[in-house]
Amino acid sequence: MARGTHVRSTHATNAITTQHRLRSQALVSGYGEQPVLRDVSIDIEDGKLTILVGANGSGKSTLLKNLARILTPGSGVALLDGKDIHKTPTREIARKLGLLPQGPIAPEGLTVRELVAQGRFPHQGLMRQWTREDAKAVDKAMSRALVTEFADRPVDSLSGGQRQRCWIAMVLAQETDILLLDEPTTFLDLKVQVDLMELLAELAHEDGRTLVVVLHELSLAAAYADHLVMMKDGRIAHAGTPDEIFTAPHLKEVFDLDAHIMRDTESGQLLCVPYGAQLWRKRATRAA
Amino acid sequence: MSVAAPSVEARSQGVSVAGIPLLATLTVLLFALHIAVGAKPLPLSTVWEAITARDQTIFDHMIIWDLRLPRALIALTVGAALSVAGALMQGVTRNPLADPGILGLMAGASFAVVITTYLFGPSASGWLPWIASAGALATALVVYVIAHMAPGGATPLTLTLSGAAISAFLAAIISIAHLLSEDTFDNLRVWLTGSLAGRDLAMLQITGPWIALALGAGLILARQVTALTMGEDVAKGLGIRTGALKIQLLLVVVVLTACAVALAGPMGFVGLVIPHVARLFVGADYRWIVPYAALIGAAYLLGIDIVARIAIPPREISTGIITAMIGAPFFIQLVRMRAK
Repeated sequence: MARGTHVRSTHATNAITTQHRLRSQALVSGYGEQPVLRDVSIDIEDGKLTILVGANGSGKSTLLKNLARILTPGSGVALLDGKDIHKTPTREIARKLGLLPQGPIAPEGLTVRELVAQGRFPHQGLMRQWTREDAKAVDKAMSRALVTEFADRPVDSLSGGQRQRCWIAMVLAQETDILLLDEPTTFLDLKVQVDLMELLAELAHEDGRTLVVVLHELSLAAAYADHLVMMKDGRIAHAGTPDEIFTAPHLKEVFDLDAHIMRDTESGQLLCVPYGAQLWRKRATRAA
Repeated sequence: MSVAAPSVEARSQGVSVAGIPLLATLTVLLFALHIAVGAKPLPLSTVWEAITARDQTIFDHMIIWDLRLPRALIALTVGAALSVAGALMQGVTRNPLADPGILGLMAGASFAVVITTYLFGPSASGWLPWIASAGALATALVVYVIAHMAPGGATPLTLTLSGAAISAFLAAIISIAHLLSEDTFDNLRVWLTGSLAGRDLAMLQITGPWIALALGAGLILARQVTALTMGEDVAKGLGIRTGALKIQLLLVVVVLTACAVALAGPMGFVGLVIPHVARLFVGADYRWIVPYAALIGAAYLLGIDIVARIAIPPREISTGIITAMIGAPFFIQLVRMRAK
């Protein structure tokens, strides 16, 4: 069957033993009787696009923040290259792992180039200031994220999608093998969401980076994920390729969503078509 | 596009770099003018002569060394200290309305000085900066805790409100102390309006090294402040230890504010206005905002103090009154722009 390029590579590598630079073991996060994460162990596949989905409060963002050392787990451990991420100097982590938090806001008047240049922070020190290498990394990141033409405009003067590209360029300038992104497509137009997902998929499949992305939009998640992780009540409910786990019973279980899963005959992509009482009524009137 | 080799960062940084010697020259000129102007105007050549070849027997040289030079040095130092304190506060709180005065640090520093003077009599001047620092630090923490407990947490609005409330509260207690003991306050009354008159170099010798240290630390931390203004999680993701950074910045701001208050009393609005002026020239990157704020602040307070001394001869206006008269409308304008 004809599949999109991003998804096709999944099948080719399924057989190969995958490495896991970023892992978590028995993560528990949050306080009291109702922890946000309960015993989450996950191995993030290297060079793949992993997408975390789940209802609000399912713990997907919390998991991402724990993997990014922004949150400290109550128990359990997040490991990067075999070392506890919370016991490794944070700047050392920042040279290996980049993070784009949800809904970042650029300070007023900061230009795109200034924003992207911040990504070089972990590579600089008191003694080692701005170098040609830094400038090169910034230029490269901007051109990769297609924001070079805005380089000297203030970030706050750009559209939502352009702004998000600038932030991605900032994380790219960090030149890390691993990128974690928390809901990078939220509040963007569909076309802009697709463009962003294309960029993220390229980063994984062409540059060989490891991406972990929290996503709200289910059909986009199914279309672009190499590895899909469904979370519910602070646990991983299902994990696998979209073909394996993106099914109607799973969506019902994880999201309490009544939906049909279809495969688009043109692209081979999986689609989630929700239905409810009103939609059935509409269908009945149409039939009548 | 990216092909254009000489990167724009290099060019815009070039502009920012070029501004530094320009501003430094302006500051030096205002410094000289500040010394020359006064009840007895002195030609700049005499000023130069007095500084380069001091002659104790010449009366003009005595005026310059004993009266005018200390005052000019203090104006310069206080202007730079308050402006950098304001810039760092605006960055760390992501609040364009932040300023050592508005967030209550100045009231805290003044309060501590007034109360210790009231209770124990005039302190030895060596203690003054530390008393002021303790007051500023305690007030900063109280203001933050109050804002933090408000619904929605420590937002620019709640910080500003809680700073204003604490300032008003402390001002009320200062007034009570004032009514109870008028003698104590004869010395402090002018000081409490923010004044550069009648200061000698002793206090500057005590506070100078600390201010220099804090300004240096501010310059070093400035780059991380830019990252912090992009959000706490972004900064953490870039490998910045945000908790430690905030504590370092708080200490820098407290030292700068307290030393400025010890030198010249609470000089309102300097820390609010100057960082915004600096931003007009260099944008949003604190690597440039901090040095620009220091230089512009120094030049600004020298200029204001010249006006304070010559506006209504033979008397003079407290410098703090003029900075407030200029700063308050500016503050209102900022709020109006934000409200839109």
